Amino acid sequence: MPSFVIPEKCDGCKALDKTACQYICPNDLMVLNKDIMKAYNREPDMCWECYNCVKICPTQAIEVRGYADFVPMGAQVTPMRSTDSIMWTVKFRNGSLKRFKFPIRTTPEGSAAPDGGWKSNQGDLKSAALWGEPAALGLNEVPTLKSLKK
Amino acid sequence: MANFQTVELTTDLLILGGGMSACGAAVEAAHWAKLNNLKVTLVDKAAMDRSGAVAMGLSAINQYVGLKDGENTLEDYVNYVKQDLMGIARDDLVANIARHVDSTVHLYEKWGLPIWKDEKGGYVHEGRWQLMINGESYKVVVAEAAKNAITGLGDKGEIYERVFIVEPLLDGDRIAGAVGFSVREEKFYIFKAKAVIVCMGGAVHVFRPRSTGEGLGRAWYPPWNSGSSAYFTMRAGAEMTCQEVRFIPVRFKDGYGPVGAWFLLFKSRATNAFGGDYMVERKSELEKWKPYGLVKPIPANLRNWLGMMDQMEGKGPIYMRTEEAIQKIASSAGDEKAAKKKLKELESEAWEDFLDMTISQAILWAASNVSPEEKSSEITAAEPYFIGSHSGASGAWVSGPADLQNDQSRKEYFWGYGHMSTIKGMFCAGDASGASSHKFSSGSHAEGRIAAKEAVRFIVENNSQPKVDMAKAEELKKIILRPLDLFQENKSKSSDPNINPNFIKPKMFMFRLQKIMDEYSAGVSAQFATNKPSLERALELLGWLKEDSDKLAAEDLHELMRCWENVQRMWQAEVHVRTILFREETRWPGYYRRTDFPEMKDEWKVFANAKWDPKSGAWTMLKRPVISLI
Repeated sequence: MPSFVIPEKCDGCKALDKTACQYICPNDLMVLNKDIMKAYNREPDMCWECYNCVKICPTQAIEVRGYADFVPMGAQVTPMRSTDSIMWTVKFRNGSLKRFKFPIRTTPEGSAAPDGGWKSNQGDLKSAALWGEPAALGLNEVPTLKSLKK
Repeated sequence: MANFQTVELTTDLLILGGGMSACGAAVEAAHWAKLNNLKVTLVDKAAMDRSGAVAMGLSAINQYVGLKDGENTLEDYVNYVKQDLMGIARDDLVANIARHVDSTVHLYEKWGLPIWKDEKGGYVHEGRWQLMINGESYKVVVAEAAKNAITGLGDKGEIYERVFIVEPLLDGDRIAGAVGFSVREEKFYIFKAKAVIVCMGGAVHVFRPRSTGEGLGRAWYPPWNSGSSAYFTMRAGAEMTCQEVRFIPVRFKDGYGPVGAWFLLFKSRATNAFGGDYMVERKSELEKWKPYGLVKPIPANLRNWLGMMDQMEGKGPIYMRTEEAIQKIASSAGDEKAAKKKLKELESEAWEDFLDMTISQAILWAASNVSPEEKSSEITAAEPYFIGSHSGASGAWVSGPADLQNDQSRKEYFWGYGHMSTIKGMFCAGDASGASSHKFSSGSHAEGRIAAKEAVRFIVENNSQPKVDMAKAEELKKIILRPLDLFQENKSKSSDPNINPNFIKPKMFMFRLQKIMDEYSAGVSAQFATNKPSLERALELLGWLKEDSDKLAAEDLHELMRCWENVQRMWQAEVHVRTILFREETRWPGYYRRTDFPEMKDEWKVFANAKWDPKSGAWTMLKRPVISLI
């Protein structure tokens, strides 16, 4: 497979100019069959199982079936990603279940300020200090190697 | 000819790529560009939120020096990297990245990446340099800051997603831009720029991977890293370095899940099928590779090598003794209740390690009913990868910074602008720049920031728009779109779109390349060994492959991208073979061995560099000195 689309759940992201899975796949694998308005993975043997299509799908229509050439059948790993955490359900071949929840970010979505709030070196293009340094390093100056100290 | 619209765009700074180093470059460039009224354009082959090597996430930040708390010094980091690479590293580059990487990590924390903290508020270390994170959204968070930075430039900032870059444009000895095509619509792009930062990652699938069926895509490093950086820089005529220093990671077998947490955090042992610990039983082998064999930590390639020796002697499989490690930690937690609680904690950490960055390994464990606290799991050496940011070192030969040189190194390692290649105005970061291993995700981001500031300084000090030869650009358009034409012209000659006497499809082209590399250039099936006749045979076969690359055919835009990705892989392969052939010794036995030169030699304690001349098409191999700055 590895990522595959469940036809009953996929609505082809109706109102959008491209499907969410097509937008996100880092390897350009997901495409929409416009005749039936269902997405599919066109090159499953180039799939990294990164789950980005699974995580982004608005109708939870995408799942992953482990690589058929070495993974025994019957297991399933399913994420539920929210804005600040992700919940994983791991189903074993023998039927047992595990569930884990992990944080994914500590700030509101969209709020990342490029300078991180550090205001040092705003204007010296020639110094070794990058924008916001040395304060962003937590130091008073950008360090150098001891052997090169004058 | 395929009827593509030509889109011509002029900018000041062009950032190629969208991964960690490109995101670092975007953040830094935006600030200095704004001050100097310059335009910044970033081009990504995918969607920035989830592009590059960190697209899935990561469970650790592997480079944090801890300068502010005096945890380590720059010298400590330089020593660590140089030992791990068996003496071959650029002190100036490694130190430059190391002195800026902490601010990258501090930025990550502000942006919202959850970094584990201890009771005192300090970062939780996985190892000396490694920090534990909840990294499912690592790339999303880092890309957000980069996009906010570019968006903040208004009409002086542009991001193009789903545009695949192929060739460089040059104006004499200076970079002038890049060309590529959209993988979504029939558009050919000509980007003209005053400076370019190459951040297009390393290379995967140059060698035949262990899984060749449906699991072909389950490479350790992502399959979309096709050698775009190496191809672009070589085609511009840049000097390349450490192209022989591939990386072979030892990982959980087949799923390629990370082992760092197990070895470093849980202090697990690895043993062979009969319980023998190769790190103990084969200790005497390390003598042979001194001084590097005798340092701590033992270099990655030597740890690989000791395990490989066991496997070659028929003592495999090799196991990560997860059950032993977990029981040991749990039992040292105190009473039974505390032990149980600790066990639960460890179980969650172990699974998160996979779920954050290699979900396939979690599927494989679940499918094999693995409980790590009860049963060991197999580990093995994967196939070779080109990844200068990890324990490999391949990339372009770049200038170091002005202030991290002594009199000797200033002559060899410095030509005006830090992290600029030997082509004027063409900067490199992350996997694109070589001889500065162990920068990982955080150091790549830091290197992107360094390169961006220097690139802006370059533009300010060389503020003219290089001339782009439009006839040359049009010629490139024809060549780049040729696979589409070739398919249309010949498809009627066969009833099967994939089997045709007049063309080759990119997938079979890739398999042909992988077979050559695997069998003759020290791949998995050759047990990572090769010699002069094998390498010469590889070059002969690669020569025919190169001729046949003119016969690549594509049915659609996706396949057109696959065609050029595989041409990029082929060039990465060629420079690799040439450099292994040039270096007549064995220096990294756990990466590859020259059976005709099985020993490490002092005379080869140098960089092996390679350069392709765009005018004549000739290769030059050259040695560059390793100069110590500590």
